[in-house]
Order: sequence, then structure tokens, then C-alpha cells
Amino acid sequence: MQDVKYVKPKTLQEAVSILKDNGPTARVLAGGTDIIVMARERRRDTSLFVDIKAIPEMNGIHLDESTGLTIGAATPLYLCYRDPMMNQRFPSIVDSSSLIGGTAVQGRATLVGNLCNSGPAGDSIPTLMAMEGVAHILGPNGERDVPVVDFCTGPGRNVLELGEIVVNLHFPTPRPNSSGRFLRFIPRNEMDIAVVNCSTNITLDANNVVTHARLAIGAVAATPLFVPAAGEALVGKALTDETIAATANACRDAATPIDDMRGSIRQRKHLAYVLAERTIRDAVHRIRGEHTEWH
Amino acid sequence: MSERMIINTTINGEAMEFMADSRDSLLEALRDRLGLTGAKEGCNNGNCGACTVLMDGRIVNSCCVMVAETEGSEITTVEGLEKDGQLSVIQQSFLEGAALQCGICTPGFLVATTALLDFNPHPTEHEIRYWLAGNLCRCTGYDKIVRSVQDASERLAGVKS
Ligand SMILES: Cc1cc2nc3c(=O)[nH]c(=O)nc-3n(C[C@H](O)[C@H](O)[C@H](O)COP(=O)(O)OP(=O)(O)OC[C@H]3O[C@@H](n4cnc5c(N)ncnc54)[C@H](O)[C@@H]3O)c2cc1C
Ligand code: FES
Ligand code: FES
Repeated sequence: MQDVKYVKPKTLQEAVSILKDNGPTARVLAGGTDIIVMARERRRDTSLFVDIKAIPEMNGIHLDESTGLTIGAATPLYLCYRDPMMNQRFPSIVDSSSLIGGTAVQGRATLVGNLCNSGPAGDSIPTLMAMEGVAHILGPNGERDVPVVDFCTGPGRNVLELGEIVVNLHFPTPRPNSSGRFLRFIPRNEMDIAVVNCSTNITLDANNVVTHARLAIGAVAATPLFVPAAGEALVGKALTDETIAATANACRDAATPIDDMRGSIRQRKHLAYVLAERTIRDAVHRIRGEHTEWH
Repeated sequence: MSERMIINTTINGEAMEFMADSRDSLLEALRDRLGLTGAKEGCNNGNCGACTVLMDGRIVNSCCVMVAETEGSEITTVEGLEKDGQLSVIQQSFLEGAALQCGICTPGFLVATTALLDFNPHPTEHEIRYWLAGNLCRCTGYDKIVRSVQDASERLAGVKS
């Protein structure tokens, strides 16, 4: 390991000033499942770990029906997927949380850590986009809110400036008659990096007409991709094989993947289509209260 | 420069105060400073599970935890599973079920299984395989491990002795 020190501030202000005073090699430590490994392998120069887990505002899951859902940045994934309210109201966040790593990773890793790591294949990011997530950020110059769709700027890069931390993620209260689904394709059943992933959030009216739809895909571009055209192809239309195909086509068209050892361009574009279609169908099953396999 | 620090934790039920370095992982501190070599280093990057220990009741990869983070916490390693020289039911099931060959992965599987059966005393085979997905075994092909977990679950429920 690099020559790294450790601090555990108890307040947000303290965390921000420590990060600012110690420069870019001071790193926020949430679950540590990315940053500890990267610091050890010297993929990130690190002089100081700033552990955020003792800061009260950073912990917990809170749903307020009038204002929405807030998830503290230090909240580990297992608390997200074991929460009955989350299972009922935010099933796509449960899908993503329960697929990242294995049990030991999920006991520590966080959604915000996944977002701030800003990997093109990060398994929470398409879901945070589809669910209209907003990152609430605090820094030396005050607070700001950045929608997750605008957060990542390149592989491993994002909008955070020196000294800034994400305090929490905020989501609107789910609309009545809506649901979501996240799926990823990997060659085994668990513990692998997505070849492609996809998350859908959809709302129907009483006549089966789509009133809102948001889709996002991952591992098909330099950052996870929100695909507005995919949602637009559904809104105002009845759900039919044709409208679902048009939406899935929009995802395939938006994908600009690379060839690598995990998959070819052709396979990834095909998967963007298939996963879009499946996530829409599963989300509809969930709206209707029908059973879907979790994994 | 890294710093020397004094860490206070409870390890296998015993309050411990020890010196560590701020750059030590929990795994390094356990093995190199405390002589608890049960947890193994397989990959040192979170993928193999050989270093699995319990931290405040949850399993963690001790190679992906800084020892400084464990201040005030409760740690259980494979050394803490036996009681008064008696192997735990899970350990006994693994032994009798021949759920190990080289044994490098075994401490991790034992600790992870202990947490599983604590949380979910009657897991399905799917749930067992899913829970243990972060523990890799190069030797057994997993089948005997899964059978031993099922056996331990039955023994703990008193269905079988
Ligand atoms: C074995 C293994 C399997 C994995 N499997 C998957 C997988 O299937 N899918 C997947 O997407 N990922 C996977 N990962 C990667 C990792 O677990 C996830 O990205 C996880 O969500 C990171 O969260 P964390 O809290 O551990 O982040 P950390 O490691 O604590 O932090 C990650 C980065 O974000 C920064 N950061 C964290 N919190 C904040 C904050 N509040 N404000 C500002 N910056 C912050 C850190 O400084 C660091 O740069 C895996 C990792 C391992 C070791
Ligand atoms: S040594 Fe920790 S997971 Fe492999
Ligand atoms: S027994 Fe050898 S790795 Fe599992």
C-alpha cells in the first residue's frame, strides 16, 4: 500500500476542509471496495483516506412521500436491498444493489461510491439515471445539485471539483402505476463486470398507455448513457411489440461500444436491444404485481 | 507519511489494543501484527473471498478494509468459530463432507457460511450459491461445499445430528 494516512471526520464541513487542504490525493473512503484496491495497485495516487462513514447526514435511507427518497452517500448496498420499502417502491435500485459484487462487497460498497468511481459499466448508474437521481454535492464553495445524467464525464471522471463530496442521492417519489427494472448481461451468474447493462423506469395509465419512460444503458460508451430517444419512443403510446421494439432500437442506436475481451461491438449493440426489451417487459410485470425473478 | 496508530477492537470476543500502521489493511494487521493467520490472502483485491472475516456481524473482505476503519468494531475470524476446542457445527459439516482439498479458501467459506446461516437458517441451494459467490474455490468444484452448508443447516435446526 502507498504511504497513506487515515482520518474520520464527524461533520460534513470538516470533511470538505480536509479534502480541500490536502489536495487531489486525499480520497473519500466510503465502502473502499474501489478506492482501497486502486490505491494499493497505484492506479490512484493516494496520501490520505477521508472516511465519511461517521458523518450522520451521510447515513440512512429516508422516503418522504411529498419530497421523495434520500439515500445517504455512506449507506451500504445491503441496507438498500434489505429494506422492505425499497423492495416495494424502488425495485430497480434493489436490482442494482444486489448485483454489485458478492455479499462481502455489498456489506460495504455504496451507490455513491459506484457513481463517483464513474466506470462506464458501473451497475448502479443506469438505474440512478432512470430513476431521475440527483447528486447533492457539498464543497468549499457551497452546495449544488447535479442530476446523475450529467454527473459522469468520461471513464473514471466526473463533475466533482477539489474538495467536493456527494452528500446524498435524491429521487422523486415513484408515480402511481410505475415501476423499474435493471438487468445486466455477464457470462456467469454473479461477480463479473457487465458486458452491457440497462435500467428502465416506466409509468402506465389505466389504458396501458405509457405516460413516462426513462431508459439508460451502460458499458456501451465512455460513460453510462441516458437515452432520451428510447423513452420518447414509448410515451403516449400503448405498449405493443412494435413500440417496445422502437424503444429497444433507440437503445441499440445510441450505443457506441468498443470491442474488447468482454464483448464485440456487434454483440454489445445487440445486447442493448435485448436488455431494453426485457427491462421494459419486467417493469410492466412489476407494475401489474406479477412475479419477476430478482436475478 | 503513514502513521503509527493504536487500534482498539474486539477480536474473537476478546478486547484487543494493538499498534498498527495507517496503511495496513485489516488482513495485514490480523496476519502480520496479531498472528491470526486463518484469513488468507488470495488476490488482495476483493475477488476471491479467502480473507473473509466478520465485522460487526457482516462479512467483509479484510483485504478491502483499512485496519484504521475497525476502531471500536467487533471482528470474528475463522479462529473464533470454535468454542472451547470444539469445532462449530459448520466446521464439522465441512470436515465430514470433505468440502475442502487444499484448504486455502476454507476459512473464508466457513466465515461466510456462519453469517449466511445466522441471517437465513434455511437457505435454498440458489441462496447458498448466491451468498457464497464472492468466495472462490479452485479445488472442490463447489458441490461438496454447498452440500456441507445444507448439512450444517439441517444439523443446526436439530433435524439431524
Ligand atoms: C470483488 C468486487 C466486485 C465488484 N463488482 C462490481 C459489480 O458487479 N458492479 C459494479 O458496478 N462494481 C463492482 N465493483 C466495484 C465497486 O464495488 C463498486 O463500484 C462500489 O459501488 C463502490 O462503492 P464504495 O462505497 O466501495 O466506493 P469507494 O471505493 O469508497 O469509493 C469509490 C470512489 O468514489 C469516491 N467517493 C466515494 N464516496 C464519495 C462521496 N460521497 N463523495 C465524493 N467521492 C466519493 C472515492 O474517493 C473513490 O474515488 C466490485 C468491486 C470488487 C472489489
Ligand atoms: S484476498 Fe481478499 S478477497 Fe482475495
Ligand atoms: S479447497 Fe483449494 S481452493 Fe478451495
